Amino acid sequence: MNINYMEIKFKALSVNESFARTCVASFCLQVNPTIEELNDVKTAVSEAVTNCVVHAYPYEKGEVIVNCALVDNCLTITIKDEGIGIENFEQARMPFFTSKPEGERSGVGFAVMESFMDRLELSKNGDKGLVVTMKKFFKGAERLKIIGG
Amino acid sequence: MQVKNRIYDGTMYIILSGELDEHTANFVRDEIDRLVGAKKVKQVIIDLSELEFMDSTGVGVMIGRYKKFKEKGVPVFISNPSTHAERIFKITGLYDITPKIN
Repeated sequence: MNINYMEIKFKALSVNESFARTCVASFCLQVNPTIEELNDVKTAVSEAVTNCVVHAYPYEKGEVIVNCALVDNCLTITIKDEGIGIENFEQARMPFFTSKPEGERSGVGFAVMESFMDRLELSKNGDKGLVVTMKKFFKGAERLKIIGG
Repeated sequence: MQVKNRIYDGTMYIILSGELDEHTANFVRDEIDRLVGAKKVKQVIIDLSELEFMDSTGVGVMIGRYKKFKEKGVPVFISNPSTHAERIFKITGLYDITPKIN
């Protein structure tokens, strides 16, 4: 069993969204993903980090922690904040639900994460904030094994 | 992020290039509104062929432009989305209000 992991921590600013998704995508390169798989991961990370930037910290911007673990061909990403959290997970996951309709927001962030990844789970980060856990099973890693790389 | 435009026969083509996310959305919104506001056009076609990345923030931008230009009677169309952008648009049903054209 091959295990690898990494963690990044940054301030919840929109300028860090591209940093976060590019960083996670670079980490995934070791399992030889397809372009499609990489784009799935980039999009899902971008959605989760956008939520931290837009919703988690209405006052002073706090931190976002992105943790990635690769066990063979399975990537687990957790994206954590210590913000205001979400009271009703079920409502938040409904497509088109947004707590900020005035800002031209589509409310499909979680629906996109769900569609582009193989698993999506929401949980509370202790007594404050949110943890988004997503999984992706890379087919690329299977191919690599067959080749013997 | 870059927003370019050209007008041909009453149609304004808006070409987005770069990465469209929460960080660049305000700029893209303002640029499109400024370009379309400055000219009298019959329709707007937003060309995504040079867009390298887009998350669901892009959907909000498109819905916002649709609503804004609808008041002026100017329809908005999407052209050349990546397969990824297309999947996001389909999840949201965006093509019902801003159809895709080739």
